[in-house]
Amino acid sequence: MASTAVPTGSATPPPSLTHQIAAVRVPRSSLRSELRAVKVVWQRELIRFTKDRLRIVTSLVQPFLFLFVLGTGLSRLASAGTHGVNLRTFVYPGVLCMAVMFIAIFSAASIVWDREFGFLREMMVAPVRRSSLVIGKCLGGATVAAFEGVILICLAGLVGVPYAPILLLEIFGLQLLVAFSITAFGVMAAARVRQMQSFMALTQMIILPMYFLSGALFPVSGLPQWLAILNRLDPLTYAVDPMRRAVFAHLKISAVARHLLDPGVTWWGWHLPGLFEAGVVALLGLLMLSIAIFEFSRIE
Amino acid sequence: MSAATSANGATATLAPEPSDSAAVVVRGLEKRYGEIEAVRGIDFDVERGEIFGFLGPNGAGKSTTISMLCTLVLPTGGYARVAGHDVAHDRDAVRRNIGLVFQDTTLDGYLSAEQNMRLHAELYGVPRELVGPRMQQVMEMVGLWERRKSAVNTFSGGMKRRLEIARGLMHSPRVLFLDEPTVGLDPQTRASIWAYISELKVAEDITIFLTTHYMDEAENCDRIAIMDKGKIVVLDTPEALKAAVGKDRVQIHTDDDGAAIAALERDFNIKAQMAEGAVTFGVPGGEQFVPRLFAELGVPIRSVSVSRPSLDDVFMLHTGSTIRDAEEDAATNQLRTMARAFGRR
Repeated sequence: MASTAVPTGSATPPPSLTHQIAAVRVPRSSLRSELRAVKVVWQRELIRFTKDRLRIVTSLVQPFLFLFVLGTGLSRLASAGTHGVNLRTFVYPGVLCMAVMFIAIFSAASIVWDREFGFLREMMVAPVRRSSLVIGKCLGGATVAAFEGVILICLAGLVGVPYAPILLLEIFGLQLLVAFSITAFGVMAAARVRQMQSFMALTQMIILPMYFLSGALFPVSGLPQWLAILNRLDPLTYAVDPMRRAVFAHLKISAVARHLLDPGVTWWGWHLPGLFEAGVVALLGLLMLSIAIFEFSRIE
Repeated sequence: MSAATSANGATATLAPEPSDSAAVVVRGLEKRYGEIEAVRGIDFDVERGEIFGFLGPNGAGKSTTISMLCTLVLPTGGYARVAGHDVAHDRDAVRRNIGLVFQDTTLDGYLSAEQNMRLHAELYGVPRELVGPRMQQVMEMVGLWERRKSAVNTFSGGMKRRLEIARGLMHSPRVLFLDEPTVGLDPQTRASIWAYISELKVAEDITIFLTTHYMDEAENCDRIAIMDKGKIVVLDTPEALKAAVGKDRVQIHTDDDGAAIAALERDFNIKAQMAEGAVTFGVPGGEQFVPRLFAELGVPIRSVSVSRPSLDDVFMLHTGSTIRDAEEDAATNQLRTMARAFGRR
């Protein structure tokens, strides 16, 4: 015991310390403490998002351009080929996925900022598992992205998508899945990338091709072989397709139009069930989440 | 909770510990980055309730040592125990028992001060019913309770540092690590940070381990370890260290420094050296010596200064250079070390 230690009771505390010290004991790690960590990382994501109102607005610009400007403009060209189906209705699932993707990636990118501004260190030295931090982050990114998705879901009627409760639920579920998987992908990338510019370049390089190859803007049948192969390799294909099928199931259109615009994804002639496709997206998301956890557990 | 207490007597609340359970125990601690030995086998103990300072120029290995004690960097040799837990094998136990304030801010500037504090409390699993009272207590201690709703981005450097200290205390750590707590702050703020640190020691019954390269600040510590080139060169109380110097420091500017050094050696039997651009030497009773010096040196003297032994002299006595000179030497080395260290991560 150091000679400077204060004997209990006899010392007069400095005048500023008028109240009793609330002695805190940090408990050992438990499922409960890990869940608290997950929750607080998730909450931080939401707080930051709500403080950043500009981001909420700007992130809606791109989907609006695609949906209303490109969709409206091109529909004049494409009206012959869509057999009476509104082109905006056709691209709606793809645009929704894209909007969610960009928000999710942006959420994950904040890890790179956190690293640059030092906050990441505060989380990394906490006595919690890295997996709790990564899961909290992914859930946070997914929630924020899904919130933007909901705004677009509210606009569904404007582009000819009916407000059927089951359909809206299906769309919501699928976009949540996309949001989570893409955040997991972003977090995985952020584990390795140390600079914001590199991160943005990397994700642009991956996100845009993913978007264009996914069939968000075109039907996936009758493609040239090379494009068909790339399309089937693109994870986003398996999110856009079930969403479009859900939408088209609620449209009253001719069989020809349905066949042409909503052919469904096939593997060697086998039509993938929607649930299977959603499973593919979920599985990939979990895989990337695991890699992200592994990567973050290795750091320092 | 009770299991944790009995598993390790050191976690008992405020009861005095047996004298052998020091807050920090370090034996043969080493850290290499490839060929560079940042820390070369150091040994020391920090007693409970002490303010223990690590003093040395930048690049001496202070930050590497503190990083190892905080479980941020794995030692490559030896061991260290903090609050009774091994820093290499029981990282989470160490982390639960320490508070950290880094050189660079680790606050989330977008969040309010209170949100930063709450986030920390949640990450550290502070019992819910204690989060509010404890937060108020530590934030009042650093004078930021009234500003709790403000975004951290609006805070000055000194306020951020105070908030970080409060946050480091949020979970009542038994050892608080402060890595250069006052670097980059103006003198007034530095003084106020030190007032908080001293107050804290009394109020929290806490052990404080800090690094600094400000000599004057090191005087506030109960004991100091002076570190240079990866080793602890001397460890004692500031008073004992200064008393051991036994000489005043004399610095003179002359027309011919080389001749002056030679003359001092020949006529006065004093070994002088160049430090901070002046001929520097130690001599008992400096004020009495100066008149003799003017009369007998034979080299024109332009200015002279005599100072009581300071920690700088202690540093000079043990390392042969002033801390400022050592820093300039180390700066080039350090850049290289850092480049490698970062490349390695």
